[in-house]
Amino acid sequence: MTATAQAHSRPALPIVIAGHVDHGKSTLTGRLLQETGSLSEGKVEAVREMCRRRGMPFEWSFVTDALQAERDQGITIDTSQARFRWRGRPYILVDAPGHKEFLKNMVTGAAAAEAAILVVDVKEGLSEQTRRHAYVLQLLGIRHIAVAVNKLDAVDYRQAAFDAVRGDIEAYFAEIGLSAAAIVPVSARQGDGIVGLSRRTGWYDGLTLIEAIDRFPDPILPSEGPLRLPVQDVYKFDDRRIVVGRIESGRLRIGDQLAFLPGARRARIKSIESWNTTPTLSAAAGQPVGITVDEDIFVERGQVASHADTPPATATRLALRAFSFSAVPLRAGESFVLRLATAEYPVTIESIDGIVQIDALGRQAADNVGRHDIADLTVASPEPIVLDVGAAALRRGVLTRFAEIVAAFVINMPLPVPLPLPVSDPLPANDRNLTPTRSSIAAAEREQAFGHAGGVIWFTGLSGAGKSTLAAALERSLFELGYHATLLDGDAMRQGLNADLGFSPAERTENVRRIGEVARVLAESGQVAIVACISPIRTDRERIKSALGESFLEIYVKAGIETCRARDPKGLYGRASRGEITGFTGISAPYEEPAAPALEIDTDQLAPPEATRRLVALIESRLGRARAIQAAS
Amino acid sequence: MSDLDALESESVFILREAFNRIDKLAMLWSVGKDSNVMIWLARKAFFGRVPFPAIHVDTSYKLPEMIEFRDRMAKEWGLDLIVSRNEAALASGMSHQQGRVTCCTALKTEGLKSVIAEHGFTGVIAGIRRDEEGTRAKERVFSPRGSDAVWNFRDQPPELWSHYNLDPPPGTHLRVHPLLHWTELDVWRYIRRENIPVVSLYFAADGRRYRSLGCAPCTQSIASHAANVDDIIAELGATTVAERSGRAQDRESEGAFEELRANGYM
Repeated sequence: MTATAQAHSRPALPIVIAGHVDHGKSTLTGRLLQETGSLSEGKVEAVREMCRRRGMPFEWSFVTDALQAERDQGITIDTSQARFRWRGRPYILVDAPGHKEFLKNMVTGAAAAEAAILVVDVKEGLSEQTRRHAYVLQLLGIRHIAVAVNKLDAVDYRQAAFDAVRGDIEAYFAEIGLSAAAIVPVSARQGDGIVGLSRRTGWYDGLTLIEAIDRFPDPILPSEGPLRLPVQDVYKFDDRRIVVGRIESGRLRIGDQLAFLPGARRARIKSIESWNTTPTLSAAAGQPVGITVDEDIFVERGQVASHADTPPATATRLALRAFSFSAVPLRAGESFVLRLATAEYPVTIESIDGIVQIDALGRQAADNVGRHDIADLTVASPEPIVLDVGAAALRRGVLTRFAEIVAAFVINMPLPVPLPLPVSDPLPANDRNLTPTRSSIAAAEREQAFGHAGGVIWFTGLSGAGKSTLAAALERSLFELGYHATLLDGDAMRQGLNADLGFSPAERTENVRRIGEVARVLAESGQVAIVACISPIRTDRERIKSALGESFLEIYVKAGIETCRARDPKGLYGRASRGEITGFTGISAPYEEPAAPALEIDTDQLAPPEATRRLVALIESRLGRARAIQAAS
Repeated sequence: MSDLDALESESVFILREAFNRIDKLAMLWSVGKDSNVMIWLARKAFFGRVPFPAIHVDTSYKLPEMIEFRDRMAKEWGLDLIVSRNEAALASGMSHQQGRVTCCTALKTEGLKSVIAEHGFTGVIAGIRRDEEGTRAKERVFSPRGSDAVWNFRDQPPELWSHYNLDPPPGTHLRVHPLLHWTELDVWRYIRRENIPVVSLYFAADGRRYRSLGCAPCTQSIASHAANVDDIIAELGATTVAERSGRAQDRESEGAFEELRANGYM
């Protein structure tokens, strides 16, 4: 193999040049191409001639602004790509338009990139459009970003001007969860700071722009992780029935048992088919494959093949963050086709949960989503949607209306189906011929006899956050103080009363409902029921709270997912990340934090004895003698 | 996965999307190096077959070696070949002497449009690449063409994350560009790796060779001693001359090629 051919086998890194219109993106692109010796012979002369004809000074942007309309208006309309090579590594520069009108083209260009250069005019600073571009990069999942603070020549290379903009960038990036690999003072027009540092910015001793992008890592294909093979088509050109698709993550081998979702069909891989290649026994992420299977099962485009023991999640409701391209607003109640990998699902927008405010970074309520808005949506489908928040291809997709792409989205989380449950919406008792017999003992009588009120102490939080530990310690402390206290542990309940329930969203809701019913009976009998149960869904907990009122004390046991993962007392995180458990809260199923817990205990910060002390104090004041005394006075 | 594997993977994915979603699909086959790579990629995607017709728009001015190669390879590769000529324009004496853009429009663009109309194609696969030319750099992978094959480059639809515009409205068609992200050098390295046949005109004879193939009157050969694929790859590693520098129609005026493409040229 020649030296040239070897140098080429490093993959080209696509970098998008983003930023506000007129901040100098195309100029920077032209400069980068020129300084890296990537322009073809005669290109610079051709550009010079175009400028002369228009009676204007040399304009670097004409290198990539290939359309006459772009040159005539001095504006980039659509995204373009150009290549250069630096120290043997090939790059693809994606020049993206900065004008608001052409955001769809910017997103189209940026979605193809692995890294970005955000160009900011030092005189203008962080404009709304610059922030929006940064936010779009974040939404697109681009994490390697260098910022070029441009036009330093226009402020006489003053450090103070640069420092002010740099501070704003750092602050905004931190707020939206980005970090800049470098913030470089440049003048694209003069060529300062791009390949070499200029004496005019002698006060800056950081990386040049090209050094910053040289440090961006090569993209990695997700070959580890569970197998995800969305079916693209099924061919029957001859006696073989070949299932084709691109492996989006993981790997497969001949003989592997596959499951095709949705549905429960399973089959083993009989062969991996190909043309004009050496036969292969296995294939991995990024490869387009054709396989045959040993069972005559029905397989069609849109299904996702996985290993039978590590299937992806399915859900009929999703929380999405979406970016709208549509001139016609998206409205709640409106129907779309949701495209995810090769599948298409009919969906309806159930609710618009807020529009992201680019400047203030809050969410604003709205009844429609306008063009270029970034919005949080809840969508529902009559069909199960196969998704995997850990695999890009099964996490992000597009919404179409009449076959037109009107929005791009990323799935925030799958949502459970709200069940009409007796607790929240009971049928009138006489409709079911029920005549409940009321106890003749009043709550006050019990309270007086026991010396405390009955109630429910409900511990919610991620697995491994410390609920069971705290609940057991609390039971012991209350018992020693003379309380009639009983521990109801979620796992223990699943071995008895709830042994028939699994972990689907609906079954989890039912699990919580039954535990809540038992706790209510105990509370009404005057006891203190201590519940330790993940109970991830807010509405499930709210239902119990509304039945119990003041005597329901919700305790949010909080710990970072990393802490929980490290503790992993039940070995569940390890199994979930190996894909052995699906629908695992915090990994592949949602957890909804309480809005207003009676107490929040951060077990990253607080040791169990101190946490228990605070819990006892809370119970003493809300259910204990202190309350009885207060009530009497 | 090597860079060529990654390019091959994307092209195969694109071809399979096109085949799945487009009822009346065809591939343009200019018999140049790029379109031979494209035929090859189709055979990769469809396990040795090309399951749609290959269209050759014959201007009658093509270099004779190209026509010989076309007829030989069409047979060897088992292609369903459609040859389209604008006979009316040829009968009226159309040639580059009427102006290169006029001639290209009549013989290539109109030739293509008539074959699309005649067969009712709703998708046409074309082997253009971004690195060839500035307006091609701005293309989409699935690029809608309006009625009369017009490319509305001022308002192209969004395209991201392998989600393409797959359903053109009636009366319009899609251009599908599976080689959009390849470079000239990638094409030659893939030809070497896969041992894909190409027209002999690409190899130097008497110190000259063709780098890009078109009609005889408007295509210039370049000075070169590259006599085989390895030589060409070495030559391209060193050159700074643009690939289509020998194609006269691109440079009739500043916007000539853009105008050709906006009106339906490939």
